[in-house]
Amino acid sequence: MIQALIFYVFAAITIASGVMVVSSRNPVHSVLFLILAFFNAAGLFVLIGAEFIAMILVVVYVGAVAVLFLFVVMMLDINFVELRQGFMKYLPIGLLIGVVIFAELFFVVTSWVIAPDLITAAPAPDPNAVTNTHALGALLYTRYVYLFQSAGLILLIAMIGAIVLTLRSREGVKRQRISEQLSRTPDETVEVVKVQRGEGV
Amino acid sequence: MSDILREYLPILIFLAVAIGLCLAMVIGSLVVVKQRPDSEKVSAYECGFEAFNDSRGQFDVRFYLVAILFIIFDLEVAFLFPWAISLGGIGLFGFWSMIIFLGVLTIGFVYEWRKGALEWE
Repeated sequence: MIQALIFYVFAAITIASGVMVVSSRNPVHSVLFLILAFFNAAGLFVLIGAEFIAMILVVVYVGAVAVLFLFVVMMLDINFVELRQGFMKYLPIGLLIGVVIFAELFFVVTSWVIAPDLITAAPAPDPNAVTNTHALGALLYTRYVYLFQSAGLILLIAMIGAIVLTLRSREGVKRQRISEQLSRTPDETVEVVKVQRGEGV
Repeated sequence: MSDILREYLPILIFLAVAIGLCLAMVIGSLVVVKQRPDSEKVSAYECGFEAFNDSRGQFDVRFYLVAILFIIFDLEVAFLFPWAISLGGIGLFGFWSMIIFLGVLTIGFVYEWRKGALEWE
Protein backbone atom coordinates (compact mmCIF):
# COMPACT_ATOMS: atom_id res chain seq x y z
CA MET A 1 0.00 0.00 0.00
CA ILE A 2 2.53 2.58 1.15
CA GLN A 3 4.93 1.18 -1.44
CA ALA A 4 2.40 1.90 -4.20
CA LEU A 5 1.89 5.40 -2.86
CA ILE A 6 5.64 6.08 -2.90
CA PHE A 7 5.85 4.66 -6.41
CA TYR A 8 3.14 6.97 -7.70
CA VAL A 9 4.72 10.00 -6.04
CA PHE A 10 8.14 9.26 -7.55
CA ALA A 11 6.70 8.37 -10.95
CA ALA A 12 4.53 11.48 -11.08
CA ILE A 13 7.43 13.76 -10.17
CA THR A 14 9.66 12.03 -12.73
CA ILE A 15 7.16 12.53 -15.54
CA ALA A 16 6.35 16.09 -14.49
CA SER A 17 10.01 17.06 -14.39
CA GLY A 18 10.54 15.31 -17.72
CA VAL A 19 7.84 17.49 -19.23
CA MET A 20 9.46 20.54 -17.65
CA VAL A 21 12.85 19.59 -19.15
CA VAL A 22 11.32 19.76 -22.60
CA SER A 23 9.08 22.74 -22.13
CA SER A 24 11.04 25.12 -19.92
CA ARG A 25 12.36 28.18 -21.71
CA ASN A 26 15.63 28.57 -19.92
CA PRO A 27 18.03 25.71 -20.72
CA VAL A 28 19.62 25.97 -17.27
CA HIS A 29 16.23 25.30 -15.71
CA SER A 30 15.89 22.32 -18.05
CA VAL A 31 19.10 20.86 -16.66
CA LEU A 32 17.92 21.41 -13.09
CA PHE A 33 14.65 19.62 -13.84
CA LEU A 34 16.68 16.84 -15.42
CA ILE A 35 18.53 16.45 -12.11
CA LEU A 36 15.17 16.20 -10.33
CA ALA A 37 14.10 13.52 -12.81
CA PHE A 38 17.33 11.59 -12.16
CA PHE A 39 16.75 11.68 -8.41
CA ASN A 40 13.22 10.41 -8.75
CA ALA A 41 14.30 7.68 -11.16
CA ALA A 42 16.84 6.65 -8.52
CA GLY A 43 13.98 6.47 -6.04
CA LEU A 44 12.06 4.22 -8.42
CA PHE A 45 15.09 1.95 -8.79
CA VAL A 46 15.37 1.64 -5.02
CA LEU A 47 11.68 0.76 -4.92
CA ILE A 48 12.15 -2.26 -7.19
CA GLY A 49 15.22 -3.31 -5.22
CA ALA A 50 17.94 -2.23 -7.66
CA GLU A 51 19.99 -0.38 -5.09
CA PHE A 52 23.28 -0.38 -6.94
CA ILE A 53 21.83 1.16 -10.09
CA ALA A 54 20.02 3.75 -7.99
CA MET A 55 23.23 4.84 -6.29
CA ILE A 56 25.17 4.83 -9.56
CA LEU A 57 22.42 6.95 -11.07
CA VAL A 58 22.92 9.51 -8.33
CA VAL A 59 26.71 9.41 -8.42
CA VAL A 60 27.26 9.29 -12.18
CA TYR A 61 24.22 11.01 -13.66
CA VAL A 62 23.57 13.65 -11.04
CA GLY A 63 27.19 14.12 -10.08
CA ALA A 64 28.83 14.08 -13.47
CA VAL A 65 26.46 13.97 -16.44
CA ALA A 66 24.28 16.81 -15.17
CA VAL A 67 27.37 18.93 -14.57
CA LEU A 68 28.51 18.15 -18.12
CA PHE A 69 25.11 19.20 -19.45
CA LEU A 70 25.34 22.42 -17.46
CA PHE A 71 28.74 23.14 -18.98
CA VAL A 72 27.41 22.43 -22.45
CA VAL A 73 24.48 24.77 -21.87
CA MET A 74 26.83 27.45 -20.57
CA MET A 75 29.18 26.92 -23.50
CA LEU A 76 26.55 27.39 -26.15
CA ASP A 77 26.04 30.97 -27.10
CA ILE A 78 22.28 30.96 -26.83
CA ASN A 79 20.43 34.02 -27.90
CA PHE A 80 16.85 33.59 -26.80
CA VAL A 81 15.43 35.94 -29.39
CA GLU A 82 17.17 34.11 -32.22
CA LEU A 83 16.10 30.80 -30.73
CA ARG A 84 12.48 31.67 -31.19
CA GLN A 85 12.92 32.82 -34.78
CA GLY A 86 13.98 29.40 -36.05
CA PHE A 87 10.79 27.80 -34.81
CA MET A 88 8.83 27.85 -38.06
CA LYS A 89 11.86 26.85 -40.10
CA TYR A 90 12.53 23.72 -38.07
CA LEU A 91 8.89 22.82 -37.52
CA PRO A 92 8.53 20.39 -40.48
CA ILE A 93 11.62 18.33 -39.68
CA GLY A 94 10.83 18.37 -35.98
CA LEU A 95 7.33 17.20 -36.73
CA LEU A 96 8.68 14.44 -38.97
CA ILE A 97 11.04 13.14 -36.29
CA GLY A 98 8.28 13.38 -33.72
CA VAL A 99 5.95 11.30 -35.90
CA VAL A 100 8.64 8.68 -36.50
CA ILE A 101 9.41 8.35 -32.79
CA PHE A 102 5.71 8.24 -31.95
CA ALA A 103 5.15 5.48 -34.53
CA GLU A 104 8.04 3.47 -33.11
CA LEU A 105 6.76 3.85 -29.57
CA PHE A 106 3.28 2.94 -30.73
CA PHE A 107 4.48 -0.29 -32.34
CA VAL A 108 6.56 -1.17 -29.30
CA VAL A 109 3.72 -0.58 -26.86
CA THR A 110 1.03 -2.32 -28.90
CA SER A 111 3.08 -5.38 -29.83
CA TRP A 112 4.53 -5.89 -26.38
CA VAL A 113 3.72 -9.10 -24.59
CA ILE A 114 4.82 -9.93 -21.09
CA ALA A 115 5.89 -13.54 -20.75
CA PRO A 116 3.25 -15.08 -18.49
CA ASP A 117 5.67 -16.88 -16.18
CA LEU A 118 8.02 -13.92 -15.88
CA ILE A 119 6.41 -12.35 -12.84
CA THR A 120 6.20 -15.54 -10.83
CA ALA A 121 9.63 -16.81 -11.87
CA ALA A 122 12.30 -16.04 -9.31
CA PRO A 123 15.26 -13.94 -10.51
CA ALA A 124 18.51 -15.90 -10.75
CA PRO A 125 20.21 -14.68 -7.59
CA ASP A 126 17.60 -14.37 -4.86
CA PRO A 127 17.44 -10.64 -4.01
CA ASN A 128 16.81 -11.38 -0.36
CA ALA A 129 19.86 -13.62 -0.04
CA VAL A 130 22.45 -11.59 -1.91
CA THR A 131 22.76 -7.85 -2.44
CA ASN A 132 22.68 -6.30 -5.89
CA THR A 133 26.28 -5.30 -5.77
CA HIS A 134 27.45 -8.79 -4.84
CA ALA A 135 25.33 -10.31 -7.61
CA LEU A 136 26.82 -7.89 -10.15
CA GLY A 137 30.35 -8.47 -8.94
CA ALA A 138 29.97 -12.23 -9.15
CA LEU A 139 29.08 -12.08 -12.84
CA LEU A 140 30.52 -8.94 -14.36
CA TYR A 141 34.24 -9.58 -14.05
CA THR A 142 34.34 -13.27 -14.89
CA ARG A 143 31.39 -14.39 -16.97
CA TYR A 144 30.99 -11.13 -18.88
CA VAL A 145 34.67 -10.33 -19.03
CA TYR A 146 34.64 -9.46 -22.76
CA LEU A 147 31.82 -6.98 -22.32
CA PHE A 148 33.61 -5.55 -19.31
CA GLN A 149 36.85 -5.12 -21.24
CA SER A 150 35.04 -3.55 -24.17
CA ALA A 151 33.47 -1.10 -21.73
CA GLY A 152 37.01 -0.19 -20.74
CA LEU A 153 38.01 0.28 -24.38
CA ILE A 154 34.96 2.46 -25.01
CA LEU A 155 35.92 4.64 -22.05
CA LEU A 156 39.47 4.87 -23.42
CA ILE A 157 38.15 5.94 -26.83
CA ALA A 158 35.86 8.50 -25.20
CA MET A 159 38.79 9.93 -23.26
CA ILE A 160 41.09 10.16 -26.28
CA GLY A 161 38.27 11.47 -28.47
CA ALA A 162 37.41 14.24 -26.04
CA ILE A 163 41.06 15.27 -25.82
CA VAL A 164 41.59 15.20 -29.59
CA LEU A 165 38.43 17.19 -30.24
CA THR A 166 38.69 19.88 -27.60
CA LEU A 167 42.31 20.31 -26.59
CA ARG A 168 43.88 23.28 -28.30
CA SER A 169 47.25 24.55 -27.23
CA ARG A 170 47.20 28.31 -27.28
CA GLU A 171 49.91 30.59 -28.54
CA GLY A 172 51.44 33.24 -26.37
CA VAL A 173 50.57 31.76 -23.02
CA LYS A 174 53.26 32.45 -20.43
CA ARG A 175 53.86 29.52 -18.19
CA GLN A 176 56.54 28.39 -15.82
CA ARG A 177 59.00 25.80 -17.11
CA ILE A 178 60.97 24.75 -14.08
CA SER A 179 63.56 22.72 -15.97
CA GLU A 180 64.42 25.72 -18.15
CA GLN A 181 64.68 27.94 -15.10
CA LEU A 182 67.01 25.56 -13.36
CA SER A 183 69.21 24.88 -16.37
CA ARG A 184 70.06 28.54 -16.86
CA THR A 185 73.64 29.36 -15.99
CA PRO A 186 74.98 32.72 -14.85
CA ASP A 187 77.10 33.00 -18.02
CA GLU A 188 74.01 33.13 -20.24
CA THR A 189 72.11 35.70 -18.27
CA VAL A 190 74.45 37.91 -16.27
CA GLU A 191 76.92 40.26 -17.85
CA VAL A 192 79.54 41.93 -15.73
CA VAL A 193 80.34 45.38 -17.04
CA LYS A 194 83.19 47.58 -15.92
CA VAL A 195 81.73 51.03 -15.62
CA GLN A 196 83.92 54.10 -15.82
CA ARG A 197 83.31 56.45 -12.98
CA GLY A 198 80.95 59.27 -13.87
CA GLU A 199 79.92 57.88 -17.26
CA GLY A 200 77.15 55.41 -16.62
CA VAL A 201 76.51 52.23 -18.49
CA MET B 1 7.04 -3.88 2.84
CA SER B 2 10.19 -5.85 2.22
CA ASP B 3 13.37 -5.60 4.25
CA ILE B 4 15.28 -3.66 1.62
CA LEU B 5 12.67 -0.91 1.66
CA ARG B 6 12.53 -0.81 5.43
CA GLU B 7 16.22 0.04 5.39
CA TYR B 8 15.48 3.01 3.18
CA LEU B 9 12.63 4.30 5.30
CA PRO B 10 14.81 6.77 7.28
CA ILE B 11 15.96 8.31 4.00
CA LEU B 12 12.37 8.66 2.87
CA ILE B 13 11.42 10.32 6.16
CA PHE B 14 14.45 12.58 5.82
CA LEU B 15 13.35 13.50 2.31
CA ALA B 16 9.81 14.22 3.43
CA VAL B 17 11.06 16.42 6.30
CA ALA B 18 13.40 18.30 3.96
CA ILE B 19 10.72 18.95 1.37
CA GLY B 20 8.19 19.88 4.05
CA LEU B 21 10.63 22.30 5.66
CA CYS B 22 11.44 23.96 2.33
CA LEU B 23 7.79 24.33 1.43
CA ALA B 24 6.96 25.63 4.91
CA MET B 25 9.62 28.32 4.66
CA VAL B 26 8.75 29.42 1.13
CA ILE B 27 4.99 29.35 1.57
CA GLY B 28 5.22 30.75 5.10
CA SER B 29 7.15 33.77 3.90
CA LEU B 30 4.62 34.25 1.11
CA VAL B 31 1.68 34.11 3.48
CA VAL B 32 2.93 35.83 6.62
CA VAL B 33 4.98 38.68 5.19
CA LYS B 34 3.27 41.74 3.83
CA GLN B 35 3.84 41.75 0.07
CA ARG B 36 4.57 45.15 -1.41
CA PRO B 37 6.36 44.62 -4.76
CA ASP B 38 8.35 47.51 -6.16
CA SER B 39 10.61 47.61 -9.18
CA GLU B 40 13.28 49.40 -7.10
CA LYS B 41 13.50 46.43 -4.75
CA VAL B 42 14.82 44.14 -7.48
CA SER B 43 17.12 46.68 -9.11
CA ALA B 44 20.87 46.95 -8.48
CA TYR B 45 21.81 48.05 -4.99
CA GLU B 46 23.04 51.59 -4.44
CA CYS B 47 26.73 50.90 -4.59
CA GLY B 48 26.46 48.42 -7.43
CA PHE B 49 26.31 49.53 -11.03
CA GLU B 50 23.99 48.52 -13.80
CA ALA B 51 25.10 45.36 -15.56
CA PHE B 52 27.19 46.07 -18.68
CA ASN B 53 26.00 43.00 -20.55
CA ASP B 54 24.24 39.70 -20.20
CA SER B 55 25.53 37.52 -17.38
CA ARG B 56 25.37 34.47 -19.65
CA GLY B 57 28.89 34.61 -20.95
CA GLN B 58 30.27 31.76 -22.98
CA PHE B 59 32.26 29.19 -21.04
CA ASP B 60 35.61 27.96 -22.18
CA VAL B 61 35.55 24.57 -23.89
CA ARG B 62 38.15 23.43 -21.35
CA PHE B 63 35.47 23.09 -18.69
CA TYR B 64 33.80 20.57 -20.94
CA LEU B 65 37.00 18.59 -21.32
CA VAL B 66 37.53 18.49 -17.56
CA ALA B 67 33.91 17.38 -17.02
CA ILE B 68 34.10 14.60 -19.58
CA LEU B 69 37.38 13.31 -18.14
CA PHE B 70 35.73 13.39 -14.72
CA ILE B 71 32.79 11.29 -15.97
CA ILE B 72 35.14 8.68 -17.39
CA PHE B 73 37.02 8.24 -14.14
CA ASP B 74 33.74 8.34 -12.22
CA LEU B 75 32.55 5.36 -14.26
CA GLU B 76 35.83 3.61 -13.67
CA VAL B 77 35.30 3.98 -9.93
CA ALA B 78 31.71 2.76 -10.32
CA PHE B 79 33.07 -0.46 -11.78
CA LEU B 80 35.38 -0.81 -8.78
CA PHE B 81 32.60 -1.07 -6.16
CA PRO B 82 31.12 -4.50 -7.08
CA TRP B 83 34.61 -5.79 -7.77
CA ALA B 84 35.86 -4.73 -4.35
CA ILE B 85 33.13 -6.45 -2.37
CA SER B 86 33.01 -9.67 -4.42
CA LEU B 87 36.73 -10.12 -4.82
CA GLY B 88 36.77 -13.14 -2.53
CA GLY B 89 34.36 -15.04 -4.75
CA ILE B 90 35.62 -14.31 -8.22
CA GLY B 91 39.17 -15.49 -7.75
CA LEU B 92 42.35 -14.61 -9.56
CA PHE B 93 40.66 -14.30 -12.95
CA GLY B 94 38.30 -11.61 -11.71
CA PHE B 95 41.21 -9.80 -10.08
CA TRP B 96 43.30 -9.71 -13.27
CA SER B 97 40.25 -8.85 -15.34
CA MET B 98 39.91 -5.64 -13.36
CA ILE B 99 43.65 -4.98 -13.47
CA ILE B 100 43.55 -5.15 -17.28
CA PHE B 101 40.55 -2.80 -17.29
CA LEU B 102 42.45 -0.37 -15.08
CA GLY B 103 45.50 -0.77 -17.30
CA VAL B 104 43.54 0.18 -20.41
CA LEU B 105 42.26 3.30 -18.69
CA THR B 106 45.73 4.07 -17.39
CA ILE B 107 46.88 4.23 -21.03
CA GLY B 108 44.29 6.97 -21.51
CA PHE B 109 45.39 8.67 -18.32
CA VAL B 110 49.04 8.70 -19.40
CA TYR B 111 47.94 10.04 -22.81
CA GLU B 112 46.00 12.92 -21.31
CA TRP B 113 48.79 13.70 -18.88
CA ARG B 114 51.40 13.80 -21.64
CA LYS B 115 49.10 15.87 -23.86
CA GLY B 116 48.69 18.40 -21.08
CA ALA B 117 44.92 18.06 -20.91
CA LEU B 118 45.04 18.28 -17.14
CA GLU B 119 46.88 21.59 -17.13
CA TRP B 120 44.98 24.82 -17.18
CA GLU B 121 47.50 27.40 -18.50
